[in-house]
Amino acid sequence: MSQFLPEAILPYLPDTIQIIYLVATFFFIRGLKLLNSPATARKGNQFAALGMFIGIVVTLFDQQIVSFEWIIGGVLIGGLIGAVLAKKVAMTAMPELVAVFNGFGGGASALVAWGEFSRLVDPTTMTPDSLVTTGLGVFIGALTFTGSFIAFGKLKGFISGNAITFPGLNVINIGSMIAVLVLIGIFTFDPTNQTIFWIILGLSLLIGITSVIPIGGADMPVVISLLNSYSGIAASMAGFVIGNNLLIISGALVGAAGLILTNIMCKAMNRSLTNVIFGAFGGDSGGAGAGEDGDKTVRETSAEDLAIQVAYASKVVIAPGYGLAVAQAQHVLKEVAQKLEERGVQVKYGIHPVAGRMPGHMNVLLAEADVPYDQLLDMDQINPEFKTTDVVLVIGANDVVNPVAKTEPGSPIYGMPILNVDDAKRTVVFKRSLSPGYAGIDNPLFYAEKNQMFFGDAKKSLQALNEALNDV
Amino acid sequence: MSALIFSLFIFVLACFIGFELISKVPPTLHTPLMSGANAISGITIVGALIVAGHSGVDSQTSQIIGFVAIVFATINVVGGFMVTDRMLEMFKKKEDDQ
Repeated sequence: MSQFLPEAILPYLPDTIQIIYLVATFFFIRGLKLLNSPATARKGNQFAALGMFIGIVVTLFDQQIVSFEWIIGGVLIGGLIGAVLAKKVAMTAMPELVAVFNGFGGGASALVAWGEFSRLVDPTTMTPDSLVTTGLGVFIGALTFTGSFIAFGKLKGFISGNAITFPGLNVINIGSMIAVLVLIGIFTFDPTNQTIFWIILGLSLLIGITSVIPIGGADMPVVISLLNSYSGIAASMAGFVIGNNLLIISGALVGAAGLILTNIMCKAMNRSLTNVIFGAFGGDSGGAGAGEDGDKTVRETSAEDLAIQVAYASKVVIAPGYGLAVAQAQHVLKEVAQKLEERGVQVKYGIHPVAGRMPGHMNVLLAEADVPYDQLLDMDQINPEFKTTDVVLVIGANDVVNPVAKTEPGSPIYGMPILNVDDAKRTVVFKRSLSPGYAGIDNPLFYAEKNQMFFGDAKKSLQALNEALNDV
Repeated sequence: MSALIFSLFIFVLACFIGFELISKVPPTLHTPLMSGANAISGITIVGALIVAGHSGVDSQTSQIIGFVAIVFATINVVGGFMVTDRMLEMFKKKEDDQ
């Protein structure tokens, strides 16, 4: 759009564009900063969106851009698809949506690197600098693209959630990655050889598939965080290729964010990142360690009985898991909580970091049901409170309240931080059956003396409890 | 100092800012943080605009590549910011504050 500007301004245009990019950067950083509190987070996101808008508009004044048909078409089509996806998605499907957006972001970065390479007819005029970053941009972007869509397929159930693997796959993956890096090296010295470029692209796409396929469905949240980080780094690389600081900085911010979240998820699941990537764990292995059924007894409770217990309690904590969302029971739960509060019972929610299907997912699902966020307590905040809690309602959660994590060094989840619900005076577990959870480990909490089981579908059980509360 | 080295300085410093900013985000907001950060990574659209809108010899191929890149990046940007806004809109304090 620079042709609309007066001739006299043109010499100053490139610098002006850079300065406005700096303004956009400010909005991104300020936006992320405001995301630090639920009270300001929405404004933060809007700040970041404004930064993006500024960045896009000012780029249109770049003198390299002369034709707009492709741009207008692309923005309209992409914007429409994005808007529809964002409006339509169910909150339970957030991990899938983030995976898809991630894939598109990574794909776009790879395409930018490729497009930049192909528009310079004589690649020998490209400096080694930009050739290296072109190669890396294509590599990271392409593997983010295919990896994200495999993760999407696994979350959605198109692709088996089991860890699909065979002996030697890890070796093949590591080998291919080294091969790509070597090829990028060769490409830097001989950019005229188009074949090498195609092999880099093809191999990178393949690595995305083969490195996510062997990871089990339960570990997908970690994979998505990691791919999120990659998509940021891919954007940074694209920035290196076209020499644009705005891309480099924003990409780095996102890369850092993804890495931190990956780390948090790994810690909460008591796994190391290497173990997640190469360990092939977390399928529907079912039943492992479920031996010694012996003569353990389970105490059952009913809606009427439970209604009396919670109505006369002074403090009730709810420990929700993803089963709650699967049963679509958040709204009934909120009604139950409201009734208890009207009676003067103190109600809090204890949220484990991996409750739900991605970091912080449970908070979004409860927020959707109008649960105020100041009632949602993180694991570290709620754990000291269990000692003074009368009743804990464990709904649709299992592994995150399994005391084995603290007591049995031999258990696969040993060392995983859990909600210490067994410190409370009574626990009530809402569950369909006594079957083990994701990790396939039996849960001694079910058989504890202080525990009662409330068998059945979470939503129906909560509805029954809700009605029973009317009669107390 | 070559352009690459200069860019590397910026990259590393921005990584540090990213770590500082994001390590303080409470777990409650991790999902919106992820989708919001995701939307920011769609900034690569700036590169896509340049690839799609330039003119030159053999511009056809790279313009088409740029076009696809714009579609992808815009899905990422528009969808990412909108869905994040949708989520954050739901985060409310106790009723009496409204």
